[in-house]
Amino acid sequence: MCGIAGLIHRGKSSKVGHELQGMLQALKHRGEDSTGYALYGDTEGKNFIMRVKVGENVGEGSSSVAEDISVYDERKKTVENYLSEMGAKIVKEERVLPYSLRYEIEYNKEDLLNFSQKIESIPGVEILSMGKSLEVIKDLGNAKIVCDRYNLDKVVGTHAIGHARMATESGVDIKSAHPFWGYPFSDVSVVHNGQLTNYWNNRRILENKGMRFMSECDSELIAVYLAEKMRDGASLEEGMKDSLSGLDGVFTYFVATKDSLGMAKDTMAAKPLVLYESDDLVAMGSEEIAIRSLLPQEIDTYDPFDGEVKVWRI
Amino acid sequence: MANIKTSEKKTKAQSMGLHTEILTGKTQQKFFNPDEAENFYYWGTYDVDFNKRIDLDVKDLDCKEANRKIDELMNQGYGTIVIKNPQGKHSLGVGILNKLNLIFEGSLGYFGVGSIDGPTVRINGRVGWSCAENMMAGKVVIEKNAGSCFGAAIRGGDLICKGSVGARTGIDQKGGTIIIGGDAGAFTGFMMQRGRIVILGDVGINLGDSMYDGTLYIGGKIGSYGSDAVESPMTKSDIDWLKRKLKVAEIGENYDVSKMTKVVSGKKLWNYDALEPTEKKGAI
Repeated sequence: MCGIAGLIHRGKSSKVGHELQGMLQALKHRGEDSTGYALYGDTEGKNFIMRVKVGENVGEGSSSVAEDISVYDERKKTVENYLSEMGAKIVKEERVLPYSLRYEIEYNKEDLLNFSQKIESIPGVEILSMGKSLEVIKDLGNAKIVCDRYNLDKVVGTHAIGHARMATESGVDIKSAHPFWGYPFSDVSVVHNGQLTNYWNNRRILENKGMRFMSECDSELIAVYLAEKMRDGASLEEGMKDSLSGLDGVFTYFVATKDSLGMAKDTMAAKPLVLYESDDLVAMGSEEIAIRSLLPQEIDTYDPFDGEVKVWRI
Repeated sequence: MANIKTSEKKTKAQSMGLHTEILTGKTQQKFFNPDEAENFYYWGTYDVDFNKRIDLDVKDLDCKEANRKIDELMNQGYGTIVIKNPQGKHSLGVGILNKLNLIFEGSLGYFGVGSIDGPTVRINGRVGWSCAENMMAGKVVIEKNAGSCFGAAIRGGDLICKGSVGARTGIDQKGGTIIIGGDAGAFTGFMMQRGRIVILGDVGINLGDSMYDGTLYIGGKIGSYGSDAVESPMTKSDIDWLKRKLKVAEIGENYDVSKMTKVVSGKKLWNYDALEPTEKKGAI
């Protein structure tokens, strides 16, 4: 089933980590195999924030195989060597969990493709996000568990999207969890609710064009699909409109960039979405109770129509 | 499958043309018999007094607790129940099978007031997906917008939304009337079998797709017609009926119903009335 939620503050910042946690926790009955957050900081720093995983969470319910923690240490060391080789200077390093790393790095080149390919050439290593305001945090468990584990409650930012996952198409692991980074574009992330039926056809075409897939989760296709459109010069909104015919199946998805938040709904309108829109806040989720966790007072909400694409800026 | 044979001794219902067959075997005939109306008991119903009014705050209750509380209040004879702080909770007010004035001071989530038979419901907010699904009788008025699958499979009653609704409104509708003050999304009246849908605003694509029977009246623009949905001329009785219904629904005052588009089934995909009930059962 899965649940998605997103919010954007316009003209101000807020505790988006706490707010999104409340929204996703309200949707936990839609799936709590894993939960993911894409949080956008209120100011764009000059350094890149890179979230990397060097292993999987092998706790209860996980479909991953346990590895020795020394393997994680070796991978971490290789990541740091590669960063140094590519001229990226580590300003700050945080090992949140044995398998989860956060680096703040000084890196002056704009092309993240070669950079990402080099880092991900290390077996078992995946960049969860790369950007100057974006941080993707995802792990097994419901929203509260993941929020507490990564201390997201105090994160301040302008906008955020998140996902509560019931695993159907692929395993219970971090690599299949949402949000997906719009590799190799800085600060682009995607969450999706639905099923894509032309996943393998599109994947073969996109892989032949040099795009990368890290999981077998159909939702990853949306991030790769949009990234490929943007690589070819399309705007985010153009890419999203194109996806309504290019992607087959049922879907409602959110995509976020450093300064915007967008939603798209398939032409069958088969997946739910409730939207609240005011001058200073847009909040949306698979169910109204997600929005109510943020705004308990009586408000006007509505369902976007079939084939609708909307984008808001901060 | 049960064997089917023609009844030799006709009951009152059968003489009224309601049933012409009896079932034997594992499935037994359990139709309502008007001859035994006095002995008929509808499980889970209460005699309530509309003048007995009470407020119920469901802020800290989950849907099961809230519905149980409503049931208790009806059992105590309360005929007007005002629900405070529903806050988008799912499945509130479901399964009410008697007369009742039920007022929600706020919005409902999914499956609100589903499977009801008789109550008059007013929702001073919005409703999520599948509101009033399987409604048998009664009246439901929503002051704001509604989600998708609004009035799915209703069999009777009046369902009124003063705002706009999502996709698949009246999907599988088998009777009753759905009235929408605003716009409606794609697949409105999808696989509709009986009843009427009135949309004062625009509708999306595939209107009335695969409809068996029933009638749609559209006031605004139509995105596209679905398979087997065709236009039909408006008659005087259509206009009179629409005027009366909109007045009762307190919606579309001064609306010119004569300019609405009437849509019915072309009956090329599946002719709903061509088969007798016995033949239909055999076909299934």
